[in-house]
Amino acid sequence: MSSIPHDHAAGHDVGHEHAHHPSGITRWITTTNHKDIGTLYLWFSFIMFLVGGVMALAIRAELFQPGLQLVEPEFFNQLNTVHGLIMIFGAIMPAAVGFANWQVPLMIGAPDMAFARMNNWSFWLLPFAGVLLLGSFLAPGGAPSAGWSLYPPLSVQTGMGMDMTIFAVHIMGASSIMGSINIITTILNMRAPGMTMMKMPLFVWTWLITAYLLIAVMPVLAGAVTMLLTDRHFGTSFFNAAGGGDPVLFQHVFWFFGHPEVYIMILPSFGIVSTIIPAFARKPLFGYASMVYATASIAILSFMVWAHHMFTVGMAAAGQVFFMYVTLLIALPTAVKVLNWVATMWKGSMIFEAPMLFAIGFIFMFTVGGFTGLVLSLVPVDIALHDTYYVVAHFHYVLVAGSLFAFFGGIYYWLPKWCGRMYDETLGEWHFWTSFVFFNITFFPMHFLGLAGMPRRVPDYATQFTDWNMVASIGAFGFGLSQALFLYIVLKCIMFGAPAPARPWEGSDTLEWTLPSPAPYHTFETPPQVR
Amino acid sequence: MNHTGFDDLRQSNRTLLFKLGFVVVVMFGFGFALVPFYDQICKVTGLRDIDSPDRVENSQVDRSRTVRLEFDANVRKLPWTFRPLAPVVSVHPGEVTQVVYEVENTTDRPMTGQAIPSYGPQLAAEYFKKLDCFCFAKQSFGPHEKRQMPVVFVIDPRLPRDLNTISLSYTFFEVEGN
Repeated sequence: MSSIPHDHAAGHDVGHEHAHHPSGITRWITTTNHKDIGTLYLWFSFIMFLVGGVMALAIRAELFQPGLQLVEPEFFNQLNTVHGLIMIFGAIMPAAVGFANWQVPLMIGAPDMAFARMNNWSFWLLPFAGVLLLGSFLAPGGAPSAGWSLYPPLSVQTGMGMDMTIFAVHIMGASSIMGSINIITTILNMRAPGMTMMKMPLFVWTWLITAYLLIAVMPVLAGAVTMLLTDRHFGTSFFNAAGGGDPVLFQHVFWFFGHPEVYIMILPSFGIVSTIIPAFARKPLFGYASMVYATASIAILSFMVWAHHMFTVGMAAAGQVFFMYVTLLIALPTAVKVLNWVATMWKGSMIFEAPMLFAIGFIFMFTVGGFTGLVLSLVPVDIALHDTYYVVAHFHYVLVAGSLFAFFGGIYYWLPKWCGRMYDETLGEWHFWTSFVFFNITFFPMHFLGLAGMPRRVPDYATQFTDWNMVASIGAFGFGLSQALFLYIVLKCIMFGAPAPARPWEGSDTLEWTLPSPAPYHTFETPPQVR
Repeated sequence: MNHTGFDDLRQSNRTLLFKLGFVVVVMFGFGFALVPFYDQICKVTGLRDIDSPDRVENSQVDRSRTVRLEFDANVRKLPWTFRPLAPVVSVHPGEVTQVVYEVENTTDRPMTGQAIPSYGPQLAAEYFKKLDCFCFAKQSFGPHEKRQMPVVFVIDPRLPRDLNTISLSYTFFEVEGN
């Protein structure tokens, strides 16, 4: 494959090349332009977000009352499983890659990604994987119902929907690995002259570390699901106790991938928040170097904590204590980051526009999710709370109010640069406040439900859990409607927004704001000089 | 940027691509390397030691109570018949007991299998001390061969008093290539 896209090989006669790309659907299918591909990733992830969201609403509708009303338990389990898989592999991860595609070359002054054609391929694998995953609902036996973590023995015993899911995971993994190799190569080899590693914007740093995590753990997941596949069809017994295997082994291999994966989903968000906060506090980021080291420490520690997801499997006490302490240790670099964000805002001249609101909402609620994570890291507490709604509340605080809110903030922040138009500020702030309020109405009561003992992944529950479940379900529908408002805001911005200046945020200082808005199709063909 | 610059960049990008691709391949292998690694850890720590005799330290027979033992037999994708001669036995903790299973290979070819035990409740496993068991080794059967095979065991008298029924379930699976 070519490492230099052809539209750069002809980079001498720039200026005349701009309009020379196919139009219509062919443009999007054949594009090697990082901006086009970034846009594709972001729209794909938004569609998947809506699909996964509809599943979440079906789950919440069923849980509105005790008893079985709307869906059969088997279908409920399928919804639960596919909701998780779609949101993780279809929404959050591709959205992060979309941000990287748009922003990494712009922020380091590179003309495009290093392997532009591979970039096209990374994206176009995803729709096929998505169709395969969603198509499993139509397979005999339905979609997989073993939970997103696909634990055997259930995942070895279910119908062919599971095979479709395994192949979808393979394809999405291949896409992520190619995307990561592309991002690492772009960052290491294609920075503008003068941009040393420690001058890179923090978003670039967090994505560099995320990409390393991805190439380290996505192959391990591919191995784990391959073992599931051979157990299902080729007579191996990796996870079958009757054949000399061990289902707990799967949990170890899966979470060796799974825990770095949760940082893969949050680190790019850290980068976005670290970009937005200084721009709207109109102060440089506090403790830049410590932010870089904290991110790297989180990434390294993430390889040593996987077994805290499986304290209840009958692990030796020494193992439990080791994994508990290492997990607690992660609180330190995370606290460094949170305190640096707060210190950046300290005595800053803050403006509370939509990107900043989402960034502050992120810090507030990510910290709540971080604290519940600390609670869960304690072995005796975890044994009581394992597989309850407390865990559901915890990871939605870090993934929805964490990753997703940062992405919303990032989209409002960069939309003027991407499409050359301003979004409707009033509506953007409405989007934040409705999302914020409904998010908490949905997920805060789940802490109470979990502490009271309501198990997760159940379509029915004991009647004493009714009230808080009703509250959560009402919140969920409000949160869903808020996202319809988001779609409206984005479409309105693209079609009717007021023209955006080159640098609409006066505190912003990264390279993309030196370009006109919208960013031209080809940028930085002559690299900028960074002081 | 001039052409030499592009060629240099192209070359260094390609070098990095291969290095990172190598990491990907190594990590894919690492996922599979976790399997023998896990087995070794289990062996060293004795967490999953199911194919060697247990040591019995306390041979005091506790006649104050009896434990009901239920024996279960399964085969996995194997055309064998497999059953315990006495499906239910009552014993005192500390008593050395022998039960017999009967296995028949119903096919016209020789086959080899291995039985794997499992306990219900799980907690009972550490109190069920097997001194001898056909599950410690692979078992080969000629065509239509029928054999009776013993399990000799002691229930550890430290068994919690509220545990008065234990199920022991064996599953025979085929060991291919024998």
